[in-house]
Parts: sequence; C-alpha cells; structure tokens
Amino acid sequence: MSEKVLMKGNEAIAEAAMRAGCKLFFGYPITPQTDLSEYLAKQMPKRGGLMLQAESEVAAINMVLGASAAGERVMTSSSSPGVSLKSEGISYIVGSDIPCVIVNVQRGGPGLGGIQPAQSDYFQATKALGHGDMHIIVLAPANIQEMALLTGEAFDLADIYRTPVMILADGALGQMMEPVDFGAKPVRELPAKDWACNGHGHKRLRNIVNSLYIQPEELERLNIERFERYKKIEENEVKYEEYLTEDAEITLVAYGITARIARTAVKLARAEGIKAGLFRPITLYPFPKKQLFELADKTNRFLSVEMSMGQMVDDVKLAVEFKKPVTHYGRTGGVIPSPEEILDEIRRLRREI
Amino acid sequence: MINVFENPKALTDIASHYCPGCTHGIAHRLVAEAIDALDIEGQTIGVAPVGCAVFAYNYFNCDMVQAPHGRAPAVATGIKRANPDNFVFTYQGDGDLAAIGTAETIHAAARGENITVIFINNAIYGMTGGQMAPTSIPGQVTTTSPYGRKPEIQGFPLRISEMMATIDGVAYAERVALDNVKNVRRAKVAIQKAFEVQRDKKGFSIIELLSTCPTNWGVSPVTALDYVREKMIPYYPLGVYKDITASKKEASE
Amino acid sequence: MSGFLFAGFGGQGILFSGKLLAKIGLAHGKQVSWLPSYGPEMRGGTANCSVIIDDEPIGSPLVTKPDVLVVLNLPSFEKFEKTVKKGGVLIVDSSLIDKKSERKDINSYYIPASMLASENGLEGLANVIIFGHMMKATGIFDYAAVEKVLVDSTPKSKPQLAELNAKALSLGYGWQE
Repeated sequence: MSEKVLMKGNEAIAEAAMRAGCKLFFGYPITPQTDLSEYLAKQMPKRGGLMLQAESEVAAINMVLGASAAGERVMTSSSSPGVSLKSEGISYIVGSDIPCVIVNVQRGGPGLGGIQPAQSDYFQATKALGHGDMHIIVLAPANIQEMALLTGEAFDLADIYRTPVMILADGALGQMMEPVDFGAKPVRELPAKDWACNGHGHKRLRNIVNSLYIQPEELERLNIERFERYKKIEENEVKYEEYLTEDAEITLVAYGITARIARTAVKLARAEGIKAGLFRPITLYPFPKKQLFELADKTNRFLSVEMSMGQMVDDVKLAVEFKKPVTHYGRTGGVIPSPEEILDEIRRLRREI
Repeated sequence: MINVFENPKALTDIASHYCPGCTHGIAHRLVAEAIDALDIEGQTIGVAPVGCAVFAYNYFNCDMVQAPHGRAPAVATGIKRANPDNFVFTYQGDGDLAAIGTAETIHAAARGENITVIFINNAIYGMTGGQMAPTSIPGQVTTTSPYGRKPEIQGFPLRISEMMATIDGVAYAERVALDNVKNVRRAKVAIQKAFEVQRDKKGFSIIELLSTCPTNWGVSPVTALDYVREKMIPYYPLGVYKDITASKKEASE
Repeated sequence: MSGFLFAGFGGQGILFSGKLLAKIGLAHGKQVSWLPSYGPEMRGGTANCSVIIDDEPIGSPLVTKPDVLVVLNLPSFEKFEKTVKKGGVLIVDSSLIDKKSERKDINSYYIPASMLASENGLEGLANVIIFGHMMKATGIFDYAAVEKVLVDSTPKSKPQLAELNAKALSLGYGWQE
C-alpha cells in the first residue's frame, strides 16, 4: 500500500512530474509557484534530471521547445505575468506539434497584479494563450491529490496528442498542503516519438521541427488537421465531476479551488432545503459542453462561481445555449470567496425562481 | 577521373532561396563542410532562426529545429541539455542574435552552453526588407534610418565578438569575413574549430561572419564585397577574440 | 470540522506549528489541509496559517472563523481575536501580548510561551510550548501520538532538537496559569 504524505500543491506537481518521467525543467522564479522549481532543483539532480533556471520566462519556454523537439519529457511552470511572457513560445510549440507540460499557478492581475490566488487567466489559458488558430489542453485540479494525478495525466495527453498541456492551478492550491498518494497511475499507450530531433545517425531521414508554412494552403491543411485532433480530444478526454446535480434547481459551475468552496456552499444550501448542486469541469479545454447542455434539461439555472470578474461563465452560456439562465458570482484580485457568501448568492437566486 | 568539386554531404539538394550575391550560401556551405569534415551529420541538430536564414532547416541534411525570433540559443540549450552528446548549432542573423535575442545569446554564452553559434552579421534586416540592424554602422542608410544611422538618435552598433570575449562561459569567439577567398578559407577553419571546441566539451563557441546583403544594401554583389572590406571590417576588426584552447596551450608551454 | 488559525510574526514558527497539527491529523486518518499566508509578509511581517481537520473532504482551505486561534503577536491578536467562533478557543502568548480578550463567548488561555522558552533553554521553541498548551486546552488528539509526530517531524540530523521539542511540548501541556 502506498503512503499518504503531506505536501504543498507546487511540490506535488513537481514530484508527480518526475515520476511521470519528466527529465528536464526550465523555469524562472515567480511567486506563488517558486517552490515548484526549488523542489525540482533539489530533487532532479539526484534522480537523473536537470532543473535549469533560465534568464527569463521567454528563454525558459524556448528551452522547453528545444528539449521537447529533442524528444524528452519536459515541463515549465510560472504564475500569471510569467505565463504571458511564455505565450510566444507556446504558440510555436503548438505550431510545431510537439508535447510539453506548462503549469500556471495563477495570481491576481492584470499587470503585476498581486500575489494572492486568482482564476483570472481562464480566458488566456483556454482561448488566447498564443497567437494563431490554436488551443492547448487545460486541466484544472481542485486538490493536491488531483494536482499529482493530473500532472502525470498531462504528460501522457501531451505525448498522445502532440500538444502542450497546461495545469491551471492558483496560489492557494500551489501553497496549501494536503495529503497526497503517489500510487501507480494507469498506464496509457504512448506513440513513438519518431519526429524527434536527436540526431538521425544515418538510420532515418532527417527530422524537422518547424512551425513556418509559407504556402497558405499548406498552413490551412495543418491547422485543420490540428483542430481535428482537438475534436478527438473533446470526444475522448473531457473530464468533470458532478455533485448533487441529479435534482438540483440551482447548479453551480466552478473549477479548481473555487469548486471546493462551492461544494461547501452547496452542502450548506441543502441543509436549508435549497436544492443546489455542483458541476466541476476538470478539463477547461476541452470544456465539458455536451454534459452541461444535457444538464440544462434538469436544472433551473446555472451559477458560475469564479475568482475572476466572469470568464468561464461565457463558456457555460455557450454550452447551455440559452436553455436556462446563467449568471456569475465572483471575487477578484486575490480574494478567495467564502462558502457563506456563495450561499447568500444561492439564496438570492432561489428567491428569483 | 578526379572529382574536383562536389556539394558537401551535409547540404540538401534543395535550391536555396537566397538572393544572388548573398553570402548566406557560402556560410551554409562552410558549416556543412565542417559537419562533413568531422563526420557528425548523424549527431547534429541545427537551429534555424527567424530572418533570411529561417529556411536553413530546408538546406541542412541533419535534424533541424526552427526557433522563434531570437530564441535560437534557448532552443539550442534545451536540445543540448536533453542530449548532451549531440552537436548543436544555431545559425542566426544580426537582428535575431543581437537585437531581439540579445538576452538569450548572452545567457547561453554565460552558462557556457556547449553549442556553436554561427552569427551572420550583414548590418541589416534582410527578410523584412532592409531595416536598420543592431549592427548597422554609423552613417549606414537603411529604410528605417533613411538619413543614415545617427548615433545620437539610433545609438551605436553592438560589437558582439568583443562582448562575447568578456564572458567566462565562452570558449571560442572569432570574427571572420566572407569578402574574398583568403577570408573565406579562414572562415572555414574557424567554423570547424568551433565545432571541435564543442566536440571537446569546452563550452560556447561563436563565429561572427561579416556578410553581404546586396539586395537591401542596394548595390551589386561585387560592390557589396568592397563595402565589407572598406566599411565593415574597419568597424568590426577580424580576428580571434577568445580561444581558451590556445591560452591553455600557452600555459603549458 | 475544526478550523485552526496560527498567527504571529514571520520566524516564530507559525508555519511549523500548522504543519505539525496537519501531520497529527493525517496520522489519525483525518482529512487535513494547511494553507500559509505567503509573500512579503513571510519576511519579518505577520505570518499566519490555516489548518483544517475534518472527517469529510475539505472545502475552502481558508480559515476565516477559527474554532481555535493561536496568536503570538499583538497585530494578530487585534486582527483575529474577534473572528473566533462562538464557543471557540483562543490561546495567547501572554509574554508578547499584554491584552486580554473581553469576549465571554469563547474560552481564552494565556501562557507566557516566549518567556518560558528563554527561561528553560528552549530558545525559538515558544511555538511548540504554546502548541502543547493548545493540545491541553482543546483536548484533541492523544498526547503520546502528538509527541511522536513532533519527534518524527524533527530533522534526523538534529537529535538534540527532537529532545528539546519534546521538552517544550511537555512544558506547554503541563503549564498552569
């Protein structure tokens, strides 16, 4: 039996990455994710890996591009302002169709913002992480156990679909400790990296990792091909969790740290006889659209709870297709909502029904 | 029958897109000859920049990775750290290496990344059509310095080889020119030496090649070669700026 | 569910105390979470950490209305004393805080932990002394189990520190006003 250890979220991601065979990490210090790279700096040399502190976020993501192009499992991590700097490199990595894992331990913005937890990079992560027609898979853990689990999963998804995968966490999840069990994760079948640039040794044709296609028709073909892959990801990899949604009049939609607070609010509401439920997307891209669309037949209205001014709420609206009203409740700037204030909002909505 | 001329094996048969009279072709050939001479094509990964040489990935027979603008040394770092026994080179122009990618260049050098950087300095932006480069010399007319580069407005050019020589992680830094046969031969020796330095795991090596851009300079190829001799070499003197293998030899003598 | 809040200056061992409690909860098969305040306040400003021990999966890791509040400096007393839940417990290092709670709806305990630490050769262990007193005041968890986790949490390279920690815990646990 494996043992549960008490660990910070940042450290759990780091540990899980090494266990997933991540051999290289490139990063740049930024609060509140720095302990992730500190953990790796200490552990990787002992375990046959390398943690290298780059001169910038820009350089770090390009080192990731290089190591990934060379065929290794590689990761970088940052927090909101740093992720903005990485966006150029992420777009190139997508355009080159190579895998990697990127961690965003979100803090409040815009600008230098603050250092307290936030979920205000949802749009960036799911819709505008880089220039061009592109998405990457975005996973949103809600507890430390899941941070470990989804990190391992992220490396597999990246390799299978040849795409970057982002773990979208926040300062609270990064900094908090919970018990975590690094027990064996299910083994997925992985494709060979026959595209890797690691020296052809005169045994194969040369490989080229590239994102430049001067002929519009060729670039269009490749973009269409990539979006077909996104479709496959949507068919096979959507993850979500439902809590008391079966008979819920009011369905909260929340991800990450907010989902667990919303869950408490749902419990409090139920104790008062209000039929509330919680739908928690675990994959933010692809978003569980189909599941929410179907859920709209069962519930009276949706409440998107986020630590932002309202970003995921747009995706909920798109998914529900105006079948039921969708509203937003959020705190921003690094403020974590309390279960009680979410409960107040549930009560208010109950009165409206 | 004796074969007196053939293409280097490390170059593909694809016809290059470079303009007539441009020295990129010579530079490509010299890099390929060095790869052939050391018989390392199967272990080599090249990194193409953004700029005129972006299509370098089409011309070399080794594995190739194309990097974002200026980031080639960071990409090369990732490749080399993943497979330290491979040979990794970047091929970068002056805008790529000395403007947008200055930080990546300096820090890869400071880390002593065991890679080889081929730096094409033609004092102008070629691919975008003749704009001022960080290495455009004072007085040089470009589309974005139409009255000539004025240091009081556009500042001074960077002397990269001299700067590289001050960095501890740099093992070998030399500036050569591609303006005549003698200098091309010297360039060939320098490039091969840079790869040997990498083979011997001595650290960062950089060869700066003073190159021409007849198209964007608006002159004939022959006049362009004269320009290198008359304007560029005086501003960017040729020579070995750093060679840790030499200083070790001297020390042991 | 029990929410604990430890608060004081950075460097007083606030985060360690929280971690210790979380580990004790884990050793007892409970759900636990530990959330520190982080950032510049870690370096010389006020520091605090939230610990939750529960039988159910934990929602918000942030403790805003603590069942148990342990304070080691005056700013923390002034900020958090009013947030303690009705019927909750307040533990104060009375050698650093010369204020008393006027609340009648909570149980307040005062222990001169920092003074006891310096008097007993336990410099830097006021946090463990006050932790011992909290154990006694709240009655959660068995003393022997707590002592074991404390000793196990001490770096193996510092066996003498484990002994001092055990001494500090016992001193706080047995101390009477």
